[in-house]
Amino acid sequence: MEKSLTWREFIITRLIQTSGYSAIVFVALIFFFLIREGIPTLGEVDMSSLFNLRWYPIEDYFGILPLLTGSLIVTVGAGLIAVPFGIGTAVYISEIAPRWMREILKPLVELLGGLPSVVLGFLGILVLSPFIRVFLDLPTGLTALTGSILLGGIAVPTVVSVAEDALDAVPRAYREGAWALGATRWQTIWRVTLPAAKSGVLTAVMLGVGRAIGETMTVMMVTGNAPVLALKLGSLFSPVRTMTATIAAEMGEVANGSTHYHVLFFIGMVLFLISLGVNIAASSVVFRAKKRAERILS
Amino acid sequence: MKYIFARNRHLVQRIGFTSITLVAFATVIPIVATVIYILIKGGPAISLEFLSGFPHDGMRAGGILPAIIGTLYLTLGTAIFSVPLGIAAAIYLSEYAADTPLTRTIRIAIINLAGIPSVVYGLFGLGLFVLFLKFGTSILAASLTLSIMTLPVIISTAEESLRSVPQAFRTVSISLGATRWQTIRRIVLKEALPGILTGVILGLERAAGETAPILFTGAAFFLPRLPGSPFDATMALPYHLFVISTQVPEMPIKIQYGTALVLLFFVLTMNLIATVIRSRARAKRQW
Amino acid sequence: MVDKIVIENLSLQYSDGTESLRGVSLGIHQNAVTVLFGPAGGGKSTLLRCLNRLNDLTEVKASSGRIMIDGENILDPSIDVIALRRKVGMVFARPVVLPLSIRENLTYGLELAGEKRRAKLDEAVERSLKLAAIWEEVHDRLDDPAIALSGGQQQRICLARVLALQPEIILLDEPTSGLDPISTGKVEAALVELKKEYTIILVPHSVQQAARTADHAAFFLQGELIEYGEGKSLFTAPKQKRTEDYVTGRFG
Repeated sequence: MEKSLTWREFIITRLIQTSGYSAIVFVALIFFFLIREGIPTLGEVDMSSLFNLRWYPIEDYFGILPLLTGSLIVTVGAGLIAVPFGIGTAVYISEIAPRWMREILKPLVELLGGLPSVVLGFLGILVLSPFIRVFLDLPTGLTALTGSILLGGIAVPTVVSVAEDALDAVPRAYREGAWALGATRWQTIWRVTLPAAKSGVLTAVMLGVGRAIGETMTVMMVTGNAPVLALKLGSLFSPVRTMTATIAAEMGEVANGSTHYHVLFFIGMVLFLISLGVNIAASSVVFRAKKRAERILS
Repeated sequence: MKYIFARNRHLVQRIGFTSITLVAFATVIPIVATVIYILIKGGPAISLEFLSGFPHDGMRAGGILPAIIGTLYLTLGTAIFSVPLGIAAAIYLSEYAADTPLTRTIRIAIINLAGIPSVVYGLFGLGLFVLFLKFGTSILAASLTLSIMTLPVIISTAEESLRSVPQAFRTVSISLGATRWQTIRRIVLKEALPGILTGVILGLERAAGETAPILFTGAAFFLPRLPGSPFDATMALPYHLFVISTQVPEMPIKIQYGTALVLLFFVLTMNLIATVIRSRARAKRQW
Repeated sequence: MVDKIVIENLSLQYSDGTESLRGVSLGIHQNAVTVLFGPAGGGKSTLLRCLNRLNDLTEVKASSGRIMIDGENILDPSIDVIALRRKVGMVFARPVVLPLSIRENLTYGLELAGEKRRAKLDEAVERSLKLAAIWEEVHDRLDDPAIALSGGQQQRICLARVLALQPEIILLDEPTSGLDPISTGKVEAALVELKKEYTIILVPHSVQQAARTADHAAFFLQGELIEYGEGKSLFTAPKQKRTEDYVTGRFG
């Protein structure tokens, strides 16, 4: 009886171990496939034309710069919205709101995080975009700004939940020490609590931005899909195209194995590397902060 | 100068608190408004025929049954692959893994999987499942793609839930002659289950609402019949909403909002179930 | 009187460098209460955790020596650790009841061992609750969650839990440290009864408790065994100066 128990347990333990390693396997697999289908780009399209200013695949123009700037401007815009609203809401929930309000607000913000991006894009088309067209007197409401607003909304729940956790984790002793010295609650928040939660809040912003960069459907539906270089401030008010929208929009029409196909995978690779970079940066911030905190508290 | 500010300290606080409160409400009110708006504009479209019929007239009339069924199939398929694997990986990280470079690599891998853009998952699914493994555009390929995307969510919430079970329980169990797996099965897993379940539901909720990963791996614009096997393509609610709001000319607005409402309802119900499970578990906790 | 446990030159070092036990040699008498006492960091808890191989779970850098129980070296990797842990039961400092009912807490160990017969399980429950002097208080609510009991009651449940497995040796690591004097008295009284059938090793939370309960006593200081002797004489007329200093309170 004991023997069969340990035999079964051995198999179960092995299965659990293998499952543990699976995450690494999948990341490697994804990276491998992106490279497999994306690398041929470097053979078929030379570097100078990749960094060309025109994205017009039908005529073999594969300049990805307009797409990069499109993603950039929409993401920066989203960040400018998500950061103040996200951190502000997090501060409110964590430091100012009464208990019962917290219990209402937290689920509501979580709800926003669960809204499918296609629903937000849908409302963007029908509601936000006409509003912007009329309100700002533009030829079309499908602009980078529209995308930024919606993306900001999508990034906010991530920023709020991570930042709120970070603020919550600041030891009560810090706040009490500040109050004992005569600081108001407001002063305490800005001079003590928030700086103490600095690394967590930074992580929250990075993760929120990461979410914005990777968003596909919303931007595809409301940014107008015009692959033009977006470097001036005015570009915010005209259509742009992001890398993610490009892949989603054009993948269905390409011939398997064609240059266009390879370039789309190449763009996917670029996106993968960007998100890899953001995530490694975010987790290294947390890691270093934790070590510092351990040293201080021990 | 400083003295003047000191006297106005409390005024500053009043202003500050008020502005932050406004910011918070400015964030939250649009959420509520959005849901209510969709409810109002989509409500009229909901009827038995809408929920149980097929689309006619190029999507402009009829119902969205195949999309609803398709989303259910995809969610189920995602659950089948991601839930056992995700929970097992979480058990490994929480109960078995020591702090070695390998474990840290696994954690970094999970963080990265969580950050990969959904459209890149679609590309990956296309490359591996549809083309390389020759599953074709199918429920199978789409479910597998969605599963890998859902994995990090399940793993991290499940692990957190397992870790929150007090270590003392494990020590006591071992001292009474239990093996590690017996301890996990009888005590740790049992106590962590509500938290794990919450994470699973939230992960599946996300998978149900995603469009980009299924775009090239399993979604179809229109199918006259319901899918009969995992190798069939399928319609799905998020993809359907996308198509009818961007690619069908003269699409009745009522039906668009109706579809959005059904999708929203699906997602919100899962959210509600997860929240209820979480708060009830918190109340019943024996530690 | 034969020694139930013989500890031969036991040394142990944790992986963070702290040396916990240094060359400890000791014989534990059967059917008696042996008390291991001394200031914090002396190695007493470590020794206890060696006796039921609970140290397998912690990061141990190096260990040497032997522990013979009934003539068998339990530190040998080939022995059946599960069976050992049923034979050597442990009660911890904080009462940790499992998140189960009282009855399930008690039958946990037996069910792990494969016992399924309802009659046997019920009989074990009643027997061990009586031995732990708590049967009267809980016999009518055995299916209630164990967490609903008071601290003192929970600790006696933990004792009963160990007794249900019918061990031969019972280890108690500061079992009454969080308990009020009445509960403490109940636990100590139970030990006096139990030592007739079991070999008991107790780490007390105060010198007074040591003096009250010890048949034999061992004084530990920084990982070394300083003195070992009869309970009565060790506390009134210790042979070593360091023992005397500790017992009289000159340091602690």
